[in-house]
Amino acid sequence: MSRRKVPSFSDAVFWTVVVFLFMPLFVLLLYSFNASKGGTFTGFSLVWYERLFFGSDQLWKAFGKSVSIALGSASLATFLGTLAAVGTSRYKFFGKGYVQAMSFVPMILPEIVMGVSLLVFFAGLGLKLGMATILIAHTTFNIPFVYLLVSARLEEFDSSVIEAARDLGANEMQTLLKVIVPMIVPGILSGWLTAVTLSLEDFVITFFVAGPGSTTLPLYIYSAIRFGVSPVINALSVVMVVGTVLLVYPSRRFLKAFAAGA
Amino acid sequence: MRQRNYGPWYSAPQGLWLTLFFAAPLFIIIVYSFLKKGLYGGVEPGFSLAAWHALGGGTLLAVALRTLLVSLVATSITILIALPASYSIARSSNQSLRLFLIIVPFWTNFLVRVYAWIAILGSEGFLNDALRWLGILSTPAQFLYNQGTVVLVLVYMYLPYAILPLFSTIEKFDFTLLEAARDLGASRLTAIVRILLPNIRGGIVTAVLFTFIPIFGAYAVPLLVGGKDAYMLGNIIADQVTKTRNWPLAASISMAVTLITGIGALVYAYTSSRPAAPQVDDAEDDLDYIIQAEALP
Repeated sequence: MSRRKVPSFSDAVFWTVVVFLFMPLFVLLLYSFNASKGGTFTGFSLVWYERLFFGSDQLWKAFGKSVSIALGSASLATFLGTLAAVGTSRYKFFGKGYVQAMSFVPMILPEIVMGVSLLVFFAGLGLKLGMATILIAHTTFNIPFVYLLVSARLEEFDSSVIEAARDLGANEMQTLLKVIVPMIVPGILSGWLTAVTLSLEDFVITFFVAGPGSTTLPLYIYSAIRFGVSPVINALSVVMVVGTVLLVYPSRRFLKAFAAGA
Repeated sequence: MRQRNYGPWYSAPQGLWLTLFFAAPLFIIIVYSFLKKGLYGGVEPGFSLAAWHALGGGTLLAVALRTLLVSLVATSITILIALPASYSIARSSNQSLRLFLIIVPFWTNFLVRVYAWIAILGSEGFLNDALRWLGILSTPAQFLYNQGTVVLVLVYMYLPYAILPLFSTIEKFDFTLLEAARDLGASRLTAIVRILLPNIRGGIVTAVLFTFIPIFGAYAVPLLVGGKDAYMLGNIIADQVTKTRNWPLAASISMAVTLITGIGALVYAYTSSRPAAPQVDDAEDDLDYIIQAEALP
C-alpha cells in the first residue's frame, strides 16, 4: 500500500487539535514566569513560584486534604470494588444483576445530580458536611471504575487455575488470596490509581458535600480563580503537570512491566 | 464439582454501599421533587407537583432549551473534529505518540484547564494583549461570558473523550474495504461516508454519549466562563440548592437531566446491541480505554 507524501486532511486536523489542546497550557507556563500580576508580560520572574512554595499555607493544607481523601477513598473503593468484581465474575446469585447495574449507573449519571442527591441525603441524615462526607462521596463515585477495571482483568483470567487450586484442597480464602488476587493485581492497581486520580480531580461533587474546614485543592483553586486571574495558580498548574509526569510516568512503566510479567 | 456460592458475600459490601450512598440519595431526590418546598430550604410533607410544573415555566424552559442547544452544538463540533483526528491517529505509524499528545494536556486539573481559558480570553488575557500589541484593538475586548466561549471551552474539555473511543474503533476497521470501494469507482468521500462511517457506528455512538452526557450536566464551565446569561441547567440546580434553597425544584430539574441522559444511555444500549453494530464488549473496551488513558497516561 503506497502512502501519500502530501499531508492529508485528517493529519492537518490532528495537528491543529494538538496545538489547540496545548496552547492554553503554554499560556499558563508563560504567565507563571511573568513579573507582574496582570496579563501583559513585563519580564521574567520566579516570584509566583516563591509565593506558591513559601506563601501559600492554605493551598498546601488543601492539597494535604485532597491527598488524604484520595488515598482513603481510592483504597476503600478498591477493597469494595475488587471483592464485588470477584463475586460477580465467578458466581451466579440472586441480586447479581442489581450489583452490576448499580456499578454502572453512577458512571453515566451527571456529576451534578450525584452531588445534589448526596447533599440532600446527608442533610436528611443530619450528617455534618466535612471530610467524612467527602470521603463517602468519593468512594461512591470511585467504586464503579475499580469494579470495571478489575472485572476486565478477571475476564482474561483462566478459571481452570481456580479449579486446580480447589482440587488441591485450597479453601475459598486461600484461593482468593493466593490465586485470584495475585493474578489480578495489575487490574487492582490500575483501578486504585484511577480512583486516586478521579478523587484528586473532582470538583463538582466535592463542591456540594464539603463543609467549612474541608477545602480540597480543587475547591481552593475554584475560590482562587472565581474572581479572575491568580498568578500563583499559574505556577501551581505548571508544578502539577510536571509533578504528574514525574509521578505517573515511572508508575506506568512499572505497571506495564508488571502486567507483562503477570 | 460442588462448592458453596460465595458470590453474595463478595458482592454484598459494594451492593450495600451503593444502595445506601447512591440509590437511596437518588430515591430521595425523586421523592423530594413531589414535595412542597420548605420556607427556609428543605421540604415540607405534602404532595405537590409545583416543582414539576415549574419545569415548563418561562425562564427555566429557556435555560433547558439553551442547555440542549449548547450540548448539541458542542457535541457535534467535538465529533466532527474528533473523527478526522482519530482517523489520523489510527492511520499513523506512531499511534502511541499521537495518543500521548492527546492525553498529556489532560494531566492538568480540570479547573486549571478552564482557568487557562480565562487567562487567554479574559480582559487582561493573552488574546487581548496580543491584539493590542498588534494594534488591532485599542481598548480591551471581552471574549468571556458568552455562549460561544462556553461551547469553545466545552469542546476543549471533552475532545479527548470523543477521540479515544473513535480511535479504538477506527483502529479495528479493515482499511482494505476503503481501497476496494475506491477500486470499484467510489470517490474518497463516498467511500468514507458509505463504508467507513457505518462500520464505526459503535464508536461514534460511544463518542457522542461520552461527550453529550457530561456536557449536558455541565456546571463548572458555564459558571466560570459563561456567566449568568450562559447558565445551563447544572447551574440552575446548584443555585436552587445553595442560594434560592428550593429543594423540590432542584430535585425536579435533576430528575429531568437524569431522564434525558438516561434516554441517551438507552439509545446507546439499543444501538450497540443491534447486530450490525459492534458488540457491547467493544463499548466496554472503549470505556476501559478512556479510564486507563485518564489515569495512566
